[in-house]
Amino acid sequence: MMKNLKPILLVEDDSVDAMTVKRALKELNVTNQLVHSIDGEQALEYLKTDDNKKPCVILLDLNMPKMNGIEFLQAIKKDEKLKKTPVVVLTTSKEENDVTTSFRFSVAGYMVKPVDYKKFVEAIRAINMYWTLSELPNGD
Amino acid sequence: MGKMINNLRPILLIEDDTTDIITVKRSFDDLKIKNPLVCVTGGKEALEYLQDKKNIKPCVILLDLIMPEMNGLEFLRIVKSDDVLKTIPVVALTVSQQQQDKIESFELGVAGYIIKPPDYESFVKAIGTINMYWTFSELPNLI
Repeated sequence: MMKNLKPILLVEDDSVDAMTVKRALKELNVTNQLVHSIDGEQALEYLKTDDNKKPCVILLDLNMPKMNGIEFLQAIKKDEKLKKTPVVVLTTSKEENDVTTSFRFSVAGYMVKPVDYKKFVEAIRAINMYWTLSELPNGD
Repeated sequence: MGKMINNLRPILLIEDDTTDIITVKRSFDDLKIKNPLVCVTGGKEALEYLQDKKNIKPCVILLDLIMPEMNGLEFLRIVKSDDVLKTIPVVALTVSQQQQDKIESFELGVAGYIIKPPDYESFVKAIGTINMYWTFSELPNLI
Protein backbone atom coordinates (compact mmCIF):
# COMPACT_ATOMS: atom_id res chain seq x y z
CA MET A 1 0.00 0.00 0.00
CA MET A 2 1.03 3.48 -0.05
CA LYS A 3 3.94 5.48 -1.22
CA ASN A 4 6.29 4.09 1.37
CA LEU A 5 6.78 0.59 2.59
CA LYS A 6 6.00 1.19 6.21
CA PRO A 7 3.77 -1.45 7.75
CA ILE A 8 0.01 -1.26 7.92
CA LEU A 9 -1.29 -1.70 11.46
CA LEU A 10 -4.48 -3.72 11.68
CA VAL A 11 -6.30 -3.51 15.00
CA GLU A 12 -8.83 -6.34 14.95
CA ASP A 13 -9.93 -8.91 17.52
CA ASP A 14 -11.70 -11.23 15.10
CA SER A 15 -9.22 -13.71 13.67
CA VAL A 16 -11.38 -14.51 10.64
CA ASP A 17 -11.60 -10.83 9.71
CA ALA A 18 -7.86 -10.44 10.22
CA MET A 19 -7.26 -13.35 7.88
CA THR A 20 -9.62 -11.85 5.30
CA VAL A 21 -7.71 -8.56 5.34
CA LYS A 22 -4.45 -10.45 4.95
CA ARG A 23 -5.80 -12.43 2.01
CA ALA A 24 -7.23 -9.34 0.33
CA LEU A 25 -3.93 -7.46 0.64
CA LYS A 26 -2.08 -10.41 -0.83
CA GLU A 27 -4.53 -10.69 -3.68
CA LEU A 28 -4.01 -7.01 -4.46
CA ASN A 29 -0.23 -7.43 -4.34
CA VAL A 30 0.13 -4.99 -1.49
CA THR A 31 3.64 -5.57 -0.23
CA ASN A 32 3.58 -3.54 2.98
CA GLN A 33 4.01 -5.68 6.04
CA LEU A 34 0.77 -6.19 7.98
CA VAL A 35 1.18 -5.83 11.74
CA HIS A 36 -1.77 -7.25 13.60
CA SER A 37 -2.86 -6.20 17.10
CA ILE A 38 -5.91 -7.79 18.67
CA ASP A 39 -7.13 -4.75 20.57
CA GLY A 40 -6.46 -1.09 21.26
CA GLU A 41 -4.22 -1.80 24.20
CA GLN A 42 -1.90 -4.02 22.19
CA ALA A 43 -1.89 -1.53 19.30
CA LEU A 44 -0.91 1.33 21.62
CA GLU A 45 1.87 -0.78 23.06
CA TYR A 46 3.14 -1.45 19.53
CA LEU A 47 2.97 2.25 18.60
CA LYS A 48 4.71 3.38 21.77
CA THR A 49 7.63 0.97 21.47
CA ASP A 50 10.41 2.99 19.83
CA ASP A 51 11.99 0.00 18.09
CA ASN A 52 8.84 -0.75 16.12
CA LYS A 53 8.36 0.74 12.69
CA LYS A 54 5.60 3.32 12.69
CA PRO A 55 2.73 2.35 10.39
CA CYS A 56 1.74 4.39 7.33
CA VAL A 57 -1.94 3.73 8.00
CA ILE A 58 -3.97 2.15 10.81
CA LEU A 59 -7.00 -0.02 9.98
CA LEU A 60 -9.18 0.00 13.07
CA ASP A 61 -12.03 -2.24 14.17
CA LEU A 62 -14.40 -0.63 16.67
CA ASN A 63 -15.93 -3.46 18.67
CA MET A 64 -13.13 -5.03 20.64
CA PRO A 65 -12.68 -6.14 24.24
CA LYS A 66 -10.34 -4.33 26.63
CA MET A 67 -9.72 -1.10 24.74
CA ASN A 68 -12.22 -0.59 21.92
CA GLY A 69 -11.71 1.40 18.74
CA ILE A 70 -13.14 4.70 19.98
CA GLU A 71 -11.05 4.53 23.16
CA PHE A 72 -7.99 3.80 21.04
CA LEU A 73 -8.76 6.79 18.80
CA GLN A 74 -9.15 8.99 21.84
CA ALA A 75 -5.73 7.88 23.10
CA ILE A 76 -3.76 8.34 19.89
CA LYS A 77 -5.33 11.64 18.89
CA LYS A 78 -4.12 13.04 22.21
CA ASP A 79 -0.57 11.95 21.49
CA GLU A 80 1.49 14.58 19.63
CA LYS A 81 3.56 11.97 17.80
CA LEU A 82 0.85 9.47 16.97
CA LYS A 83 -2.04 11.78 16.10
CA LYS A 84 -0.87 12.39 12.54
CA THR A 85 -1.09 8.75 11.45
CA PRO A 86 -4.22 8.31 9.32
CA VAL A 87 -6.74 5.93 10.88
CA VAL A 88 -9.33 4.17 8.72
CA VAL A 89 -12.18 2.50 10.59
CA LEU A 90 -13.05 -0.97 9.30
CA THR A 91 -16.02 -2.29 11.21
CA THR A 92 -19.38 -4.02 11.08
CA SER A 93 -21.00 -1.17 13.00
CA LYS A 94 -23.31 1.03 10.96
CA GLU A 95 -24.45 2.90 14.07
CA GLU A 96 -24.74 6.55 13.28
CA ASN A 97 -23.28 7.32 16.67
CA ASP A 98 -20.13 5.34 15.91
CA VAL A 99 -19.74 7.10 12.55
CA THR A 100 -20.13 10.57 14.06
CA THR A 101 -17.87 9.86 17.04
CA SER A 102 -15.18 8.43 14.77
CA PHE A 103 -15.23 11.49 12.51
CA ARG A 104 -15.16 13.73 15.55
CA PHE A 105 -11.76 12.13 16.17
CA SER A 106 -10.79 12.91 12.56
CA VAL A 107 -10.72 9.39 11.18
CA ALA A 108 -9.65 9.33 7.55
CA GLY A 109 -12.44 7.02 6.40
CA TYR A 110 -15.09 4.70 7.82
CA MET A 111 -15.66 1.47 5.94
CA VAL A 112 -18.35 -1.03 6.85
CA LYS A 113 -16.90 -4.51 6.35
CA PRO A 114 -18.64 -6.08 3.38
CA VAL A 115 -19.90 -9.58 4.19
CA ASP A 116 -19.10 -10.88 0.73
CA TYR A 117 -15.39 -11.59 0.12
CA LYS A 118 -15.31 -10.08 -3.37
CA LYS A 119 -16.76 -6.84 -2.05
CA PHE A 120 -14.33 -6.96 0.84
CA VAL A 121 -11.45 -7.03 -1.65
CA GLU A 122 -13.02 -4.07 -3.49
CA ALA A 123 -13.12 -2.08 -0.25
CA ILE A 124 -9.48 -2.88 0.48
CA ARG A 125 -8.65 -1.98 -3.12
CA ALA A 126 -10.26 1.45 -2.67
CA ILE A 127 -8.33 1.96 0.57
CA ASN A 128 -5.09 0.88 -1.10
CA MET A 129 -5.58 3.12 -4.15
CA TYR A 130 -6.50 6.13 -2.08
CA TRP A 131 -3.56 5.80 0.31
CA THR A 132 -1.21 5.18 -2.59
CA LEU A 133 -2.40 8.42 -4.17
CA SER A 134 -2.25 10.35 -0.90
CA GLU A 135 0.92 11.70 0.60
CA LEU A 136 1.64 10.60 4.13
CA PRO A 137 3.22 12.33 7.09
CA ASN A 138 6.64 10.75 7.08
CA GLY A 139 8.16 12.86 9.77
CA ASP A 140 8.94 10.16 12.34
CA MET B 1 -19.29 10.86 -3.70
CA GLY B 2 -20.02 9.51 -0.27
CA LYS B 3 -23.08 7.25 -0.61
CA MET B 4 -25.08 10.28 -1.46
CA ILE B 5 -27.39 8.62 -3.93
CA ASN B 6 -30.47 9.41 -1.86
CA ASN B 7 -29.08 12.55 -0.46
CA LEU B 8 -26.76 14.32 -2.87
CA ARG B 9 -24.93 16.55 -0.50
CA PRO B 10 -22.52 18.98 -2.11
CA ILE B 11 -18.77 18.75 -2.21
CA LEU B 12 -17.10 21.97 -1.14
CA LEU B 13 -14.06 22.96 -3.18
CA ILE B 14 -11.85 25.65 -1.66
CA GLU B 15 -9.55 26.84 -4.41
CA ASP B 16 -8.32 30.24 -5.51
CA ASP B 17 -6.93 29.19 -8.90
CA THR B 18 -9.52 29.53 -11.66
CA THR B 19 -7.85 26.97 -13.91
CA ASP B 20 -7.82 24.39 -11.13
CA ILE B 21 -11.49 25.05 -10.38
CA ILE B 22 -12.34 24.40 -14.03
CA THR B 23 -10.23 21.23 -14.00
CA VAL B 24 -12.03 19.85 -10.94
CA LYS B 25 -15.40 20.73 -12.49
CA ARG B 26 -14.48 19.01 -15.75
CA SER B 27 -13.29 15.93 -13.88
CA PHE B 28 -16.59 15.76 -12.01
CA ASP B 29 -18.46 15.93 -15.32
CA ASP B 30 -16.25 13.31 -16.95
CA LEU B 31 -16.66 10.97 -13.98
CA LYS B 32 -20.40 11.67 -13.81
CA ILE B 33 -20.21 12.60 -10.15
CA LYS B 34 -23.66 13.87 -9.34
CA ASN B 35 -22.99 15.77 -6.14
CA PRO B 36 -23.17 19.51 -6.67
CA LEU B 37 -19.75 21.13 -6.54
CA VAL B 38 -19.74 24.31 -4.47
CA CYS B 39 -16.67 26.41 -5.23
CA VAL B 40 -15.31 29.11 -2.96
CA THR B 41 -12.06 30.93 -3.52
CA GLY B 42 -10.72 31.16 0.03
CA GLY B 43 -10.89 29.96 3.62
CA LYS B 44 -13.01 32.91 4.73
CA GLU B 45 -15.69 32.34 2.10
CA ALA B 46 -15.64 28.65 2.96
CA LEU B 47 -16.27 29.35 6.64
CA GLU B 48 -19.09 31.72 5.74
CA TYR B 49 -20.63 29.02 3.58
CA LEU B 50 -20.28 26.39 6.31
CA GLN B 51 -21.66 28.62 9.04
CA ASP B 52 -24.69 29.73 7.05
CA LYS B 53 -27.52 27.49 8.24
CA LYS B 54 -29.34 27.87 4.93
CA ASN B 55 -26.60 25.90 3.17
CA ILE B 56 -26.49 22.13 3.11
CA LYS B 57 -23.32 20.90 4.78
CA PRO B 58 -20.92 19.28 2.33
CA CYS B 59 -20.14 15.56 2.57
CA VAL B 60 -16.45 16.17 1.81
CA ILE B 61 -14.25 19.27 1.56
CA LEU B 62 -11.48 19.52 -1.04
CA LEU B 63 -8.96 22.04 0.20
CA ASP B 64 -6.18 23.88 -1.55
CA LEU B 65 -3.44 24.95 0.85
CA ILE B 66 -1.82 27.94 -0.78
CA MET B 67 -4.34 30.77 -0.88
CA PRO B 68 -4.21 34.47 -0.04
CA GLU B 69 -5.91 35.84 3.07
CA MET B 70 -6.83 32.67 4.95
CA ASN B 71 -4.76 29.75 3.73
CA GLY B 72 -5.66 26.06 3.91
CA LEU B 73 -3.93 25.27 7.18
CA GLU B 74 -5.51 28.27 8.90
CA PHE B 75 -8.90 27.13 7.61
CA LEU B 76 -8.27 23.58 8.86
CA ARG B 77 -7.33 24.82 12.31
CA ILE B 78 -10.63 26.71 12.60
CA VAL B 79 -12.81 23.92 11.19
CA LYS B 80 -11.20 21.30 13.43
CA SER B 81 -11.90 23.37 16.52
CA ASP B 82 -15.62 23.59 15.69
CA ASP B 83 -17.61 20.77 17.28
CA VAL B 84 -19.96 20.26 14.35
CA LEU B 85 -17.77 21.14 11.37
CA LYS B 86 -14.83 19.05 12.57
CA THR B 87 -16.62 15.84 11.57
CA ILE B 88 -16.58 16.73 7.84
CA PRO B 89 -13.66 14.96 6.14
CA VAL B 90 -11.22 17.41 4.57
CA VAL B 91 -8.96 16.26 1.75
CA ALA B 92 -6.01 18.51 0.90
CA LEU B 93 -5.61 18.99 -2.87
CA THR B 94 -2.52 21.05 -3.43
CA VAL B 95 0.72 21.56 -5.32
CA SER B 96 2.70 21.78 -2.09
CA GLN B 97 5.21 18.96 -1.65
CA GLN B 98 6.55 20.58 1.52
CA GLN B 99 7.07 18.02 4.26
CA GLN B 100 5.99 20.60 6.82
CA ASP B 101 2.65 21.12 5.08
CA LYS B 102 2.00 17.38 5.00
CA ILE B 103 2.83 16.90 8.66
CA GLU B 104 0.81 19.89 9.81
CA SER B 105 -2.17 18.87 7.70
CA PHE B 106 -2.23 15.39 9.18
CA GLU B 107 -1.70 16.74 12.68
CA LEU B 108 -4.78 18.87 12.13
CA GLY B 109 -6.70 15.81 10.96
CA VAL B 110 -6.92 15.86 7.17
CA ALA B 111 -8.37 12.70 5.65
CA GLY B 112 -5.94 12.62 2.72
CA TYR B 113 -3.30 14.79 1.09
CA ILE B 114 -3.32 14.68 -2.69
CA ILE B 115 -0.76 16.44 -4.87
CA LYS B 116 -2.52 17.95 -7.90
CA PRO B 117 -1.39 15.93 -10.89
CA PRO B 118 0.06 18.16 -13.62
CA ASP B 119 -1.78 16.60 -16.57
CA TYR B 120 -5.52 16.30 -17.01
CA GLU B 121 -5.65 12.52 -17.41
CA SER B 122 -3.93 11.91 -14.07
CA PHE B 123 -6.06 14.61 -12.50
CA VAL B 124 -9.25 12.78 -13.49
CA LYS B 125 -7.79 9.54 -12.17
CA ALA B 126 -7.02 11.18 -8.83
CA ILE B 127 -10.53 12.60 -8.52
CA GLY B 128 -11.86 9.16 -9.52
CA THR B 129 -9.92 7.52 -6.68
CA ILE B 130 -11.09 10.14 -4.18
CA ASN B 131 -14.65 9.59 -5.35
CA MET B 132 -14.43 5.80 -5.07
CA TYR B 133 -12.92 5.94 -1.59
CA TRP B 134 -15.51 8.36 -0.20
CA THR B 135 -18.30 6.40 -1.84
CA PHE B 136 -17.18 3.34 0.12
CA SER B 137 -16.85 5.32 3.31
CA GLU B 138 -19.71 6.16 5.63
CA LEU B 139 -20.07 9.83 6.42
CA PRO B 140 -21.48 11.70 9.39
CA ASN B 141 -25.04 12.78 8.82
CA LEU B 142 -24.86 16.51 9.32
CA ILE B 143 -27.90 18.70 9.18
